Amino acid sequence: MDTIQFILNGMMREALSPQTAAVAIAVIGLNIHFGFTGLLNMGQSGFMLLGAYGFAISISNGLPMILGILFGFGAAFIFALVLGAPTLKLRGDYLAIVTISAAEIIRYVGRSALLVDFTGSAQGIPGSQYTTGFRNLSFFGTGSFTLIPFNYTDVADGAAWVRIIGWIVAIAVIVLIVMRFRSGNAFKGLLQSAGMAGLLVFGVLLLFFLFPVPYQSTGVSGWWVRFVAWGLALLCTLVVFLLVRSPWGRLLRGIREDEDAIRSLGKNVFSIKMQALIIGGLFGALGGMVYVLSSSVQPDSMGRSLTFFCYTALLLGGAATIFGPVLGSVLFFAGRIGIKYTAAAYVPDSIMSNQQTEQFSYIVVGVALMLIVIFRPQGILGNKRELRFNV
Amino acid sequence: MSEQMADPKVDTGLADPAARRALTSGFDAVPGAGKPDPILVVDNIVRQFGGMTAVDVQHLEVQRGLITALIGPNGAGKTTFFNLITGFDKPTTAGKGAHWAFDGRTLDKTSASSVAQAGMVRTFQLTKALSAMTVIDNMMLGAQNQAGENLLKSMFRGTWAKQEKEIEAKADELLARFKLFEKKNDYAGSLSGGQRKLLEMARALMSDPKMIMLDEPMAGVNPALTQSLLGHIQNLRDEGMTVLFVEHDMHVVRHISDWVAVMAEGRLVAEGAADTVMSDPAVIDAYLGAHHDTDLGDDALLTDEALEEIAEEVAAEDAEREAEEEAEGLR
Repeated sequence: MDTIQFILNGMMREALSPQTAAVAIAVIGLNIHFGFTGLLNMGQSGFMLLGAYGFAISISNGLPMILGILFGFGAAFIFALVLGAPTLKLRGDYLAIVTISAAEIIRYVGRSALLVDFTGSAQGIPGSQYTTGFRNLSFFGTGSFTLIPFNYTDVADGAAWVRIIGWIVAIAVIVLIVMRFRSGNAFKGLLQSAGMAGLLVFGVLLLFFLFPVPYQSTGVSGWWVRFVAWGLALLCTLVVFLLVRSPWGRLLRGIREDEDAIRSLGKNVFSIKMQALIIGGLFGALGGMVYVLSSSVQPDSMGRSLTFFCYTALLLGGAATIFGPVLGSVLFFAGRIGIKYTAAAYVPDSIMSNQQTEQFSYIVVGVALMLIVIFRPQGILGNKRELRFNV
Repeated sequence: MSEQMADPKVDTGLADPAARRALTSGFDAVPGAGKPDPILVVDNIVRQFGGMTAVDVQHLEVQRGLITALIGPNGAGKTTFFNLITGFDKPTTAGKGAHWAFDGRTLDKTSASSVAQAGMVRTFQLTKALSAMTVIDNMMLGAQNQAGENLLKSMFRGTWAKQEKEIEAKADELLARFKLFEKKNDYAGSLSGGQRKLLEMARALMSDPKMIMLDEPMAGVNPALTQSLLGHIQNLRDEGMTVLFVEHDMHVVRHISDWVAVMAEGRLVAEGAADTVMSDPAVIDAYLGAHHDTDLGDDALLTDEALEEIAEEVAAEDAEREAEEEAEGLR
């Protein structure tokens, strides 16, 4: 019982982590690229790294935080322009080749000794050099707290049955929420919206009740970072929702289906694709800035593998959906930790050492990505009908 | 927007068949003939793929307000010609004498999207319905000058909601006309081939074009639907729109077109009214070959004499063609 509680606590912590939120924001950007416009951007981590560098280098050199944010966005903006200008007129595959190489170039330049004064080369920029200003903004005060002080230990002394019932209810609530989302009219009408919102709040409260996680209020990786990171993730989701329901979003989907048809209708396809590339890239940069808020800027932590995690999260949640990126990121990171802890707890050390469980979890993730693409290409929230007719 | 909407429905007086016949009888039935009021003028468009010349059109004028058919055997370069003048392909002679103008506007260096914005909208031989989008979404993509397609305005519904309603009303009307209204919320991928052709044509009409270019609109469409498609095309003409279409089915061509241009091996070989152009020797040659009336199963053909005769004829033809080309080169 305690082992299971330990594993689930670990998953909860990972799901809540600011880096999960950061990846979710980057995946939201990738969703605009790949999900809605059909741009095969294989270098989202490059956008993230540029955002992080722009942010961290400016602040560690004494500029105010707002300028740091602007520089982060500016770098991603220019990166998108430079990548898009030569490739967006060509077939989609070329963009994939160019973005993956460009992202690697950014990473290698970042870790080269040449720019060590700015980027700290492979060591990176320690968080202490740029996160102080951000933490000073906190209105959470000092000390530490657990989000809801009332948790399962307060009911019948945390007996096993309380937790098991709680877990079952939590699973039921999550499944119900996913089903509502998939039905496509989760937020249609006042009553539906209220019910949905109530369900979401109840689900979150229930999870905090079952898995109490204490953090510092403001510390390096405390509630303040989590609050801001998830707040931004929700804000980005809202922005994407507003964008894709508009005629502009319709154009994006049209371009994904057939560029020539859209061109024949008198639309400037190149300009729309460029706009999509830039918008998605800016989300990537924001994700990068959030990613480094609770740690440090390390070029190697934002390499190819991060791009592939982004794709896994996107395909898991469902490309071309509004909530897919957030759901996919949470499930991806929580699931990976779940696999890792389970393997560590139940597989004897003689078969798999603790170090190997980490690698094992990534292997399972890779297999999961393949299985998703083969058996459920639309992901959890995706619309099968949007994919069915692609011949 | 409203200005554009009213524009194509000018009364050209060409809804009357007699008026059209009177007009076309004044045209010269020669390739590249001049027309009194051409909406599209094409000059010196050549497209070579390596050593092969796919299109070599010296001069072509398309009369405003009529249905002009572009016919020719397979590989005659009709679709390539379409691609060239709609900006989907670039002529080899671009910048070296290729000119084409639509409605008084020179299009020599214009992109496909600006060509469409100028009012010349095309459809495709292989239908490009956007399968994973609903029929109504397909239609609404066709409308021009949408405020909501601006990235900055798109986030604020208030700036485009009203226009969106107008566009949807217009789309509904067109869908009803093309008998697709019941399919409004279905995915375009679930439509039949013929319905997709209809959808593509209706979508092109959403942009209020001055001229619509249909690339084999009847290919793969059942006879009943063909009838209604033909009706739609004629209605468009009667409303003052110019139609240029590529077609293989001669019955269709004879039935609806007012003027026919014939292409073969990339060149414009003949022009004329639908009922007379088919008897033009150049057209018969292009379609059937010079010996189309010879029975290939006839044993008499296999005698040495007959073969020699044919060989001589071929040699004479070749010499004639060479002389012609030389003359052209000198000119």
